[in-house]
Amino acid sequence: MSDIRKELKYLSSHEWARVEEDGTVTIGITDHAQDALGDVVYVETPEVGSRVNVGEEAGVVESVKAASDIYTLVSGEVVAVNDLLQDTPETVNNSPYDEGWFFRVKPDDLSELEDAMDAAEYKEMLESED
Amino acid sequence: MGHKTPLYQIHQQMGGKLVDFGGWDMPLHYGSQIEEHHKVRQQAGMFDVSHMTVVDVTGKDAKAYLQYLLANDVARLDSLLGKALYSGMLKPDGGVIDDLIVYNMGNWYRVVVNCSTREKDLDWMHSQIKSDTKEFDITLNERADLTMIAIQGPQAIALTKTCLTDKQAAILPQLSIFQGLAVGEWFIARTGYTGEDGLEIMLPNNEAEAFWMALAKAGVSPCGLGARDTLRLEAGMNLYGHEMDESVSPQVANMSWTIAWEPASRDFIGRSALETEKQAGIREELVGLVLRERGVLRAEQIVSAEGIETKGVITSGTFSPTLGYSIALARVPKSNATHYQVEMRGKWVSVERVKPNFVRQGKALV
Repeated sequence: MSDIRKELKYLSSHEWARVEEDGTVTIGITDHAQDALGDVVYVETPEVGSRVNVGEEAGVVESVKAASDIYTLVSGEVVAVNDLLQDTPETVNNSPYDEGWFFRVKPDDLSELEDAMDAAEYKEMLESED
Repeated sequence: MGHKTPLYQIHQQMGGKLVDFGGWDMPLHYGSQIEEHHKVRQQAGMFDVSHMTVVDVTGKDAKAYLQYLLANDVARLDSLLGKALYSGMLKPDGGVIDDLIVYNMGNWYRVVVNCSTREKDLDWMHSQIKSDTKEFDITLNERADLTMIAIQGPQAIALTKTCLTDKQAAILPQLSIFQGLAVGEWFIARTGYTGEDGLEIMLPNNEAEAFWMALAKAGVSPCGLGARDTLRLEAGMNLYGHEMDESVSPQVANMSWTIAWEPASRDFIGRSALETEKQAGIREELVGLVLRERGVLRAEQIVSAEGIETKGVITSGTFSPTLGYSIALARVPKSNATHYQVEMRGKWVSVERVKPNFVRQGKALV
């Protein structure tokens, strides 16, 4: 069974979001997603200063197996991206919730996260897919 | 639930991620496909390839039967016991039913065909034994009692040697590339699908687990079918269902060298269709593509060359772990183009054409 973190919010497309102490929101892909993708070979993150919107493609992750669009859980301005992923994309496989984060957003409206799944709902979704 | 090889439980114990592969539960990887790929290029890796179908062809007409059944000519094997031959098995219209390897076993032959094509291959092979005009005195015997393990990489033969009996090991120095020899119930061949030196060993199912564990203990890394695919693609080798199938001629799949036109008197299935195609002019070819920037070329992406209206298609594409960028095989209209455009996720990206042979013996060729 894949690792699901209690404190995070989730999308059905397997991204997670974490609200940081400074009010920004970090986005990444789940343990289930990295496992399904296999070895990640490229990550395309949005540029710092650009805008990302819920429901729109915010980046791409490519593995040995497939390319997948990355979606954000909150709209807003990108304030940081994980440069580590450019040279060591395998970080996404090794540490999907910590070192393998994708980008950080200053949210327009944090309440957008209420539309996302919590850990229990995400777990239920994964189990129903098996 | 799919078919399980005799090594299924071992794969589970070793942490293999098991996936459906042509109806078989096979390991995709044991953690990291890329690490397994590097192991094979740099040291030694082993693959359970028992899902492949082994068929022994025996009887007094075995040679004549295979000379009719296959586009390549098994007479090319006459000079050397155990010698292997790569061939297409064609339909009368020249389409490829399967690609396979056939070994000269003395007065009989051993054929290894793909797993996903097993049923139609066996049906076809049986149907060609007797027709209105021909009848061959042969017997086909599928060898489900054998496990097949491929050990590949620069250290593969040396490490495997430490896991063999003296009698089995004595075979190794005698083996030339693309030759296999029987020792008791075992069959040890210097063949593979990775572009590295190595062995493919067929052995009785009940000995498979112990041999696999001995290899692991000797330092041979278990590798899944994911690495097998990136290795074969780097080596520019075809995969049935990608580079060719029943709708694709071997002449547009880099398999012209496997068509034995001489002697002209040899009638093989598909011959007249291939001759007609050749006389009319071959219109397509299989080329190598490299993308040195970010992104991964994938099968089914559209390929376009400047000034040529007809589009081509990527037949196999992947990230090449050895090269660090993406490579692909593509079937395109024949031309002198040195660059192509590939439609990747809605954008046209420029790629370079290269010989479809990217990495061999651990060395980059592009």
